Formats: sequence, structure tokens, C-alpha cells
Amino acid sequence: MQRTLTHIAPHLFAAVALLALSFVFQMTPASAATDDPWVSIRKEFYGDRQISETKPPLIIDAPDKAEDAALVPVSIYLLPEIADNIKTLRVFIDNNPMPMVGTFTFGKAAGFGPKTISTRVRFDTLSNIRTIAETNDGKLYMATHFVQAAGGCSSPAIKDAQEALDSAGQMQVKKLNNPHKFASSKNASSVTGEAMVMLRHPNYSGMQMDPASGQFIPAKFVRTLDVMRGGELVFHLEAGISMSSNPNVRFTYGTNGDEALSAVASDSDGAVFKASTPPDNS
Amino acid sequence: MANPGGTSGKIVTRKDFLKLSGAAAAATWLPWLPIVSPTQAAALNISEVAPGLFVHKGHHALISPENAGDISNLSIIVGKDAVAVVDTGGSITVGRGLREAVKAITDKPIRYVINTHMHPDHVFGNAAFEADKPAYVAHHKMARGLSARADSYIKSNTRMIGEAAFSGSTVVMPTEHVKDRLDINLGERVLTLAARPTAHTDNDLTILDQATGTLILGDLLFSGHIPTLDGSIAGWIKLIEAMRGESANRVVPGHGPASMSWPDALVPLDRYLRRIADDVRSMIKAGNPIGEAIKTAGADERTQWLLADEFHVRNVTAAYAELEWE
Repeated sequence: MQRTLTHIAPHLFAAVALLALSFVFQMTPASAATDDPWVSIRKEFYGDRQISETKPPLIIDAPDKAEDAALVPVSIYLLPEIADNIKTLRVFIDNNPMPMVGTFTFGKAAGFGPKTISTRVRFDTLSNIRTIAETNDGKLYMATHFVQAAGGCSSPAIKDAQEALDSAGQMQVKKLNNPHKFASSKNASSVTGEAMVMLRHPNYSGMQMDPASGQFIPAKFVRTLDVMRGGELVFHLEAGISMSSNPNVRFTYGTNGDEALSAVASDSDGAVFKASTPPDNS
Repeated sequence: MANPGGTSGKIVTRKDFLKLSGAAAAATWLPWLPIVSPTQAAALNISEVAPGLFVHKGHHALISPENAGDISNLSIIVGKDAVAVVDTGGSITVGRGLREAVKAITDKPIRYVINTHMHPDHVFGNAAFEADKPAYVAHHKMARGLSARADSYIKSNTRMIGEAAFSGSTVVMPTEHVKDRLDINLGERVLTLAARPTAHTDNDLTILDQATGTLILGDLLFSGHIPTLDGSIAGWIKLIEAMRGESANRVVPGHGPASMSWPDALVPLDRYLRRIADDVRSMIKAGNPIGEAIKTAGADERTQWLLADEFHVRNVTAAYAELEWE
């Protein structure tokens, strides 16, 4: 009996996978193309490893149609089944020139219970945006959303050019007082807080034109962002050119009294930016 | 000029004239008539909103092959010696139509092509006037803004309008840059150009025709067509407040009727911008993320405007990204 089951299981799996795959293809026009970029992205990052696409415990939310392709809000929700065990979270935009948006690695101060990460990204053309969560025990989960958008990577980073120059480098970390949204935590001693880090930075994609020279502006983008609560890591982010200008990350974390949050970012030219919450902000 | 159609207020274009002559030509060959090639542009419809000041009203639509980018209001001002045109439409096809409209009303040279700001539906007809060797006049920040966007503007406008109408619509950069104010004399007719602080874009320029008290506002004024925000919402609200005190007999919006009364014309625009700014500010204060703001901010305003589905969410997105730094 055991023997028969193991014999059948791979076929069953293949059939289910095929069914799931055909569903995905119907829902997401971009992946229907024969030169689907996801095939090679998946191979490069995950080889033949199995990736679960069952909806919870990982959810991605983005608009179906992005009105401003240079600033598309995206939110990722990790439900309790995987949230306490999360190791990394990657975000990809399949059809972008640099599909890898960023990798979040979580530390001790990320806290317990459900987690949320929100940021803003650029779409060069219509594409799937997907997130893949890897847990400490090596399991992979994926959530995907198709977004209609175009031109976000080459459109200018800023509206008021002079104002952007004048304010470049400003950085803020803010605690947001929204505890009611994150009430459910299995660890009673842990309280989940929400905070936001924002940085004035053009995040040049390398695909934008310099008006003075008529040449492309070299890519210059925020490459790393570390957020700490006291001396403990909330998350470390490795990012690429798909993040919008004035990078912004909103996140949940485990509070510890009124311990301050601090953030350090570095860009591809080696410039370093720092900020922390004011002492009375809790 | 004679008006054989008899419709009051309608400008007889050269094409109308040729059409009439064409009927005669069917019977008798008239060799002195110019030969009209099938690609020759038809003159745009214009109306005279004040003596010697003519406005073509653009469609309230997205640019498309059908409208060739003819979606914004374009003006012609005729002085004793020269002509100025303000904005040139979204393609060389529209620019040619505007040039034909000028030629139908006067033989005076077109010495000035003025752009109210960098957006494609206002500048891509510039190339149609190159033979006139005019001064191309704009806000001193327009060159920077337009060249940063030139590539993506050409790509997206070629795609949306189509090669047939868009081919030849090159980016023509300003040759005169207005830093603060500039007076242009068309011959017993002075235009006062004013470079404005960041509002609709960071390069908005207004034109006051001193002779008739007509203020051409470009996209600092929208009516009917939902406003679009590509500059600063706080700056725009502030500028509206300041402009209210300027005197004008009438104004010409960038999108809307050919002529409107002043300052009443500002009311719906002002209400829209303030509603979005208020909603977005309170959502930021309450800690609501941008993804939520775009679903609800200014919801009751959406029904008040044409093309709201195309631009409202984008406006809220831009407002949020700006106001969260206040």
C-alpha cells in the first residue's frame, strides 16, 4: 500500500501543479509569453526547489492598474503560520530590467505574530510582481499579483527638480500608532508596533536622461537599509533600481518598551544616511 | 475676410476656401490654384475670444490616433507686426493645423511660439513652426524638465497616437527662457509672460495679453477635464490664492472652454485640490498608508470631473508622496 502511494504521488503532484500552473497562466497575461522571464529568475534563485503558492500564509497587495508606474504601492502580509519563522522575503518584478526589487532579512526585533512590509516600486512595463518567503526550515512560499503599468523606470525620479536637489539626503524613522491592527500575537509578552522609514533620494535607475548632457544618468540607488530597535536588528534590506525615488518602507516590529528605532541606509556610491526616532516618540 | 458660409463667428479657413474652389475646379481647370496634397493639414477650428485673440479648444480625451493629440487649448494672438501662438498641441499634425489656422486669418509672420509648460499635449506641435524661424519661449525650467522626459514622451506618444500622425513630432527646445517676467511686443500689443512657482509642473508660464486683459493660464487652470498634478499640490493651492488677486477680463484654461470668467473659473479646481490635500493630510496623520489613500481620498470629487478614472488616483499618489514630507 505504502509502495503504491509513493508511486502515485509524483503523478498526482504533477497533475495538481499543472492545474495550478494553467490557472496562473490564465490570470496573468505576462507569464503566458513563451519567453517568460520568471522561468530563468526562478531557476537562478531557487533551482528546482518546491515553492508553495497556496494563498495564505503569504499575501501580496498591489493595484491591478498602476496610475503612476514610477510609484506603485505594494504591501506584503505574512500570516502567523510563517511569520514567526521567517528568514528572508524577496520581491521580484518579472519584466523589469533588474527584476530583483529587494531582499529583506529579518532579525530578532522583527517580533512575533503577523508581519507587514509596504514599499513603493517602479514598473518598466506590465508585469507580475511576486514575493517569495523563505522560512528558517527552508520552505518557500510565493504570492503573485499582475500589474498593468508602463514607463516607471525611465520616467524622471522627481517632479520639482530644484526642490529635490535641495532636500536630498533627508531621512526619517517614524513610529506609527496603529497597535489595534496587529492585536493577534501568540506571544503575549510581544507587542507589535508599526513604523516607517523614508529617505529623500532620487534612486536613479540608470534609465533616466540627464537634461544637461543628454546622456543617461548613471544608476545611483539605495543599496542597503538596516533598521534596528535598540541594538537588535528589525530587518536588513538589499535593494536595487526598482524601488521608487524617495525610498519608503513601512514595517511591523516587536516593541520593547519605548526603545528607539534607528535606520542606516547606504547607496551605490557609498553615501551613508542615518536617522532615528526621537526619544519621546513611542 | 469674406464669410461665404454665413455662420457668425466661424472662421473661414484656407481649406474651406479650397473646398469651394475645388467644386469650381471640377468644371474648369484653374491653374493658379495651389495644389493641395492629401497630407496637407486641415486648419483647426478656432474662435475669437477677444479682438485678435483666437483659441482652439482641444478634446477632453486621452491622446489617440483619432485626435492626433489634439486635447489641449491652443491660442493665437495677432499684433500689428507679428503673431504669437501659445502651445502647439500633441503632435506635428496638430501643430500644422494650428499653423494653417494662423495663415487663414493673417499673413503676418509667426515670430513667437510660447509653451505654457513641458507636457506633450502642449509642445509636440512646435516642430510645425520651424519654417517660420520663431523664438521658442518657455519658463526657464522647461528645458530641463522636457529634456529629462523627452525620450519617454516620444515613446509613449508614438505608441498612443501612432506613427501616421506623430511622425516628425520632434522635441523642439525653447530658445528664450523666462526667469521671472518677460514682455513681448507683437506691434502695439504687449504680452506679459510670467514664470510661476511649482504648481501643475515646475515650469508653468502664464501669458497676459495687455490689449484685451486676457490671461492664458495653460494647465494652471482645468475645467471639465480633471486636473493633473505633476508639480506640487501645496504649491498649486498657494498659487491659486495668489493669482486670485490678479486682474483679468477673461482667462483661457489649458483644458476646458475657450474662454472663462475670472476668478470664478478657479472655484472647482481649487475645491478639488483642497479636498485631496485635506484628505491625504488627515490620512497621513492617522497613519494610513498610500495604498489605502488612493482608494478613498477625494472620492466624492471623482464624479465631478471628466477622465477621473484616468488621472484621479495618480493625483492622490503624487499628493501623498509630496505631503508626507511636510
